[in-house]
Amino acid sequence: MSQNTRRDFIASSLVAGVTLAGCATKNPFTAEEIPDVKPSGEMVKLLSVDGEIIEVDKAFLKPVPALPASMNTIEREGIAGKKFAMVIDLSRCKSVKKCQTACNHMHHIHPGQNWIKVYPMQDAEHTAPYWQPTTCMHCDEPPCVKVCPVDATFKRKDGIVLIDSDRCIGCRFCMAACPYSSRVFNWEEPKIEKEIADKPYSCETSVPQKVGTVGKCDFCPDMVRQGNLPHCVSACPNGVFFFGDILEDTVTNGSETFRFSELIKDKAGYRLMEDLGTKPSVYYLPPVNRNFPFENKVESVVEEKKA
Amino acid sequence: MDKLKEDKIIADLLPQEFGKQGRIWVICLLFFAALGVFAYGRQLYYGLEVTAMRDYASWGIYISNFVFFVAISLVGSLITAVLRLTNVKWSTPLTRIAEIIAVSAITFASLIIIVDMGRPERFYNLFLHGRLQSPIIWDVIVITTYFFISLLLLYFPLLPDLKIMIGFKERNGKWLQKLYEFLGSFWKNTKAQFKITDKAINILAIAIIPVAFSIHTVTSWLFATTYRPGWDSTNFGAYFISGAFLVGAGGVVVAMYIFRTHYKLEKYITNDHFDRMGKVLVLLALLYLYFNFNEFLVPAFKMKKSEEEHLLGLFTGEFAPIFWFAIFTSMFIPIFILLFKKGRRPLPAFIAGILVVVGSWFKRFLIVTPTLLHPFLPMHDVPANYHHYIPTWEEWAIAGGSLAGALLVITFFARIFPIIPIHETIIETESLENEKHF
Repeated sequence: MSQNTRRDFIASSLVAGVTLAGCATKNPFTAEEIPDVKPSGEMVKLLSVDGEIIEVDKAFLKPVPALPASMNTIEREGIAGKKFAMVIDLSRCKSVKKCQTACNHMHHIHPGQNWIKVYPMQDAEHTAPYWQPTTCMHCDEPPCVKVCPVDATFKRKDGIVLIDSDRCIGCRFCMAACPYSSRVFNWEEPKIEKEIADKPYSCETSVPQKVGTVGKCDFCPDMVRQGNLPHCVSACPNGVFFFGDILEDTVTNGSETFRFSELIKDKAGYRLMEDLGTKPSVYYLPPVNRNFPFENKVESVVEEKKA
Repeated sequence: MDKLKEDKIIADLLPQEFGKQGRIWVICLLFFAALGVFAYGRQLYYGLEVTAMRDYASWGIYISNFVFFVAISLVGSLITAVLRLTNVKWSTPLTRIAEIIAVSAITFASLIIIVDMGRPERFYNLFLHGRLQSPIIWDVIVITTYFFISLLLLYFPLLPDLKIMIGFKERNGKWLQKLYEFLGSFWKNTKAQFKITDKAINILAIAIIPVAFSIHTVTSWLFATTYRPGWDSTNFGAYFISGAFLVGAGGVVVAMYIFRTHYKLEKYITNDHFDRMGKVLVLLALLYLYFNFNEFLVPAFKMKKSEEEHLLGLFTGEFAPIFWFAIFTSMFIPIFILLFKKGRRPLPAFIAGILVVVGSWFKRFLIVTPTLLHPFLPMHDVPANYHHYIPTWEEWAIAGGSLAGALLVITFFARIFPIIPIHETIIETESLENEKHF
């Protein structure tokens, strides 16, 4: 069965709302097939796989177990014809951290850990302090992918670097290799509700996180597949994050849309640690003409450095 | 050589039952090994949460213990291969000690790396989904190869001794007799057999040198293939190998002293052996010191921003006490002791050996963890305990348990097999006497 028809099959059985057991020659809805269920007499009309309307006794209906949105092989390949990128405008960031909250909430990240970090930065004594949110850089030369011994972290055609927590052996070499410190580890059994923990795992949702494996920002490919923006982008009240496709040459923060190349050219965009040759997919716009003054209410930058 | 002398050598070198001391030693080791197993049980149950490792210090004493084991196992190749191929005769009584250290250390290196894994039950993924571009896969390949070559280098020279031991049926008891016969009953001391094993040992002795260099070079690449300050060094392979020979030679001196005093082997492991091994240790310590100068002082001369915090942390900061302790105990003090002829007598050499081994263990810790605590971007948005790494009792118990396990393997080996090659000693004594006659 090819992948397409398999997906169609899954889709249509979702519509039908029943699990089909047995083959076409037998009637799968007779009492012998499901011996412990008595017919209730109440009939429900359903659309069969062949597109016919059939009637089924209500007692034989059971919910389809939740299925992953797509298959592992498809998730590993990525979305065809796309090359995703992010632009982070430092002149708009005042460390509201809504990005972080949304990300943590949607990915059910372990309390205390963060995939998005908002650093108070000051490069030298007399240079200006600024806020620098970091996600995974989704490098085009990803050091983490290079060192992974089992292909648990991989680079997709659309530029996204993902983790397959079903394959990860937890050696943490990728964490040592990543110069951006963007990876976290599930040191203990994730503290999540049973409902979330029971969800089928998908590399694209990165949910549920699994004990003994590595996690990190995934650019929310599940959202992107549905045509939505990553959670951090839509959560930011100041429009700091822009997400888009380099091949389309467009990035958007939800309310404003720019030509990616022009935005980078006009605002002198740059990437972090260019000298390492990692070729990140995340671009930064320098903190000039800022919307907000830099105020570090929680702790001063100096203290942060000492710690 | 007359039969009497030969019998004396055999009687001296046959493995002996544990005495009172031996039993206490074994019980202590078993206790620590059991404690390690218990702690690992807790780790399996609760996850790596029981360790002090967190997102920044994501590798801790398991990995440094792994590096230590790989390092100390290199001595097998130094004593059996390098000295053998350069026709150094005095090292013959030390070969088996060196080789069993190599085998047991490399075994526990493999075990401790599994202990460090978040999902040890997925170990098979290394074979199912292994990707050749990852240095971890290189390490798996070369360490496995090294293990088997070392095992063969232990086994082949053992064959003539097995024949001798099979002759002592009553002394052996039923169980050991069966083991000896299983391992060596086919050995008949024929010329053809000697010819084959000599050839095989020579080939293995040559083959093990590049493999030995590979295991520790690849282990150094686990660090040097990353960008981090303190690891991003082209010096790392040579730095690791020189340090490995040093700790291995130190380990052999310690083992020599213990076997010599415990089994009364003064005639076989002589003062001269300590004198020579002492000189070897000085040479290796100086070599390691040279690489340390390169590794620390050259970056310190430039003080690049990313390196600065890391280096200052070692020289004067958080890790300074361990750093200077490791530098002095693994290099300066042993060099100072062993430069003097009196310092190369058995007891002072033994103390120097212990200093080298202990200092080297902490040196491995300094290679692994401080670098991780000095990332490019400052440590931020993490709980306060993520900023430091102080190993938990579970980690100490597991690391200690693995060391105890390695010592147990060596101890039981010496209980079952002659720790000094009997057959080779007889041959050497014969040839020495022949030289005297001429």
